[in-house]
Amino acid sequence: MSVLIFIDHADGHVKKSSLEALTYGAKVAAQLGTAAEGLLLGTVTEDIAALGKYGVSKIHQVANDTLNHLDTQVYAAAIAEAVTATGATVVIFSHTPTGKAVAARVSAKLKAGLVTGACALPDTSNGFVVKKGVFSGKAFANVSIQTPVKIISLNPNSYMTVAGEGTATVAPLAITVGTAKIKVTAVNKVSGDVPLTEADIVVSGGRGLKGPENWGILLDLAKVLGAATACSRPVGDAHWRPHHEHVGQTGVQVAPNLYIAVGISGAIQHLAGVNRSKIIVVINKDPEAPFFKAADYGIVGDAFEVLPKLTEAIKKMKASA
Amino acid sequence: MKILVCVSKTPDTTSKVAFTDGNTKFDEAGVQWIINPYDEWYSLVRAIELKEKDASVAIHLVTVGGADTEPIIRKALALGGDEAIRVNSDSTDSYYIAAQIAEIAKQGGYDLIFTGKETLDYNGSSIGGMVAELVDAPYISLATKFDLEGTTATVTREIEGGEEVAEVALPVVVSCQKGVAEQRIPNMRGIMAARTKPLKVVEPVAADALTTVVGFELPPAKAGVKLVDAENVEELVRLLHEEAKAI
Repeated sequence: MSVLIFIDHADGHVKKSSLEALTYGAKVAAQLGTAAEGLLLGTVTEDIAALGKYGVSKIHQVANDTLNHLDTQVYAAAIAEAVTATGATVVIFSHTPTGKAVAARVSAKLKAGLVTGACALPDTSNGFVVKKGVFSGKAFANVSIQTPVKIISLNPNSYMTVAGEGTATVAPLAITVGTAKIKVTAVNKVSGDVPLTEADIVVSGGRGLKGPENWGILLDLAKVLGAATACSRPVGDAHWRPHHEHVGQTGVQVAPNLYIAVGISGAIQHLAGVNRSKIIVVINKDPEAPFFKAADYGIVGDAFEVLPKLTEAIKKMKASA
Repeated sequence: MKILVCVSKTPDTTSKVAFTDGNTKFDEAGVQWIINPYDEWYSLVRAIELKEKDASVAIHLVTVGGADTEPIIRKALALGGDEAIRVNSDSTDSYYIAAQIAEIAKQGGYDLIFTGKETLDYNGSSIGGMVAELVDAPYISLATKFDLEGTTATVTREIEGGEEVAEVALPVVVSCQKGVAEQRIPNMRGIMAARTKPLKVVEPVAADALTTVVGFELPPAKAGVKLVDAENVEELVRLLHEEAKAI
């Protein structure tokens, strides 16, 4: 009996979402009075033992380079075998593209109940109940898992990483690694930018910015904040911005600590993609924009005047901090 | 070439979300039901496009739901499915539902199984992966582009911070999202034809439900927006820094 946390990585580095999963998994283990252990498939360049500071005592590694590319079939078989070999009763994934695809397969393979997109620690006072967002952030469901092995995928940015002291022992795990049927022929990363789903801060623009040539003021603000940039659906559809920046019901769903919406009216479809953000700031010249109802802070004003001033004010604050 | 498109019924995005029976049941009063947009706009329309290029393609639809799902299946048939299967069950457990779809998939011998990336109600994003595991097929999730050349599929999928292109031999399970295709509106001919297209109802096979929804909660209401004067952006910066601790 232990809690096993799946550690995802890219380009030789452990992903931020996995550090959150490690912290969360360590808390779940403490709650159950058991040990938290990590599972790393493939190889990374950083020091794995140092991940002990997030609360895991041991990291099982299957150091096989085949596993540096995702084939869900190969991954699920390896993880299921690792769960059995380590005797884990709770398995934690991040609710990220990789985690979503793999957790579902592992669940079906082990016939282990799965709750995806968890946003809080499980309630273990009576059974095992996990809270997750449903109806695109408009509500939560408390879901009980009835099987002996329980699987959770944790929503990114819903559990803060806490680093303490500690070193994990790294143990090689000998398990069968299958042959990948999926061949990855190209990887296109948006280089230099902060990935939208991982960002702490997102700055997003809508039709109120009037045209792609006006995006400079938004990019300046994003730059001083170290934020990712996003846009509303009309902006993506009009190709003012690349479609992968479209945030909303049918686009990307984000849950950053801070979401700044500029010139976006706040249609319900847009809110469905952003209402899991911790703090929402709305800048719009229309005081009747529905977005203000969902916001924590707002400025009624012209983006073309407000944004440059805001960027300057943040620069000043950062310089004095 | 046989394609199985999984479709689900969900409340329209603009529906009011409320619960009854001590917060254990979704309040369906006044709710407008639609085909889950990821199933409709992306996977079904892409399947129809493949059929338009190659008339030998057969598109079968599958849904797991009660008789009240039939209007949305008829709409999916109107868009362009050839025939539909409804597995008669109201279950909301994803493993149970995936087991039903996997059973249909095994019987039908499909080359390609499409799902949407998630449903708008439970946001589970797990059916595709579970079905793939149960039929022992490769699974490519979060596709933004799907092409077929003979029996090889080339799929662009979302990864964190970008996308990658993957090649795989059929059969394969693919979950679709924005980019794969564009929304279509059914035409009158399609609507007429859908009335007589086969819609088979089958009883579920035995499978376990691994999870149960114990109850729902609504998020706490926002305290209300704090408005800052446009001439005083420094105050917003101060609030975000000191009060919200967000920057």
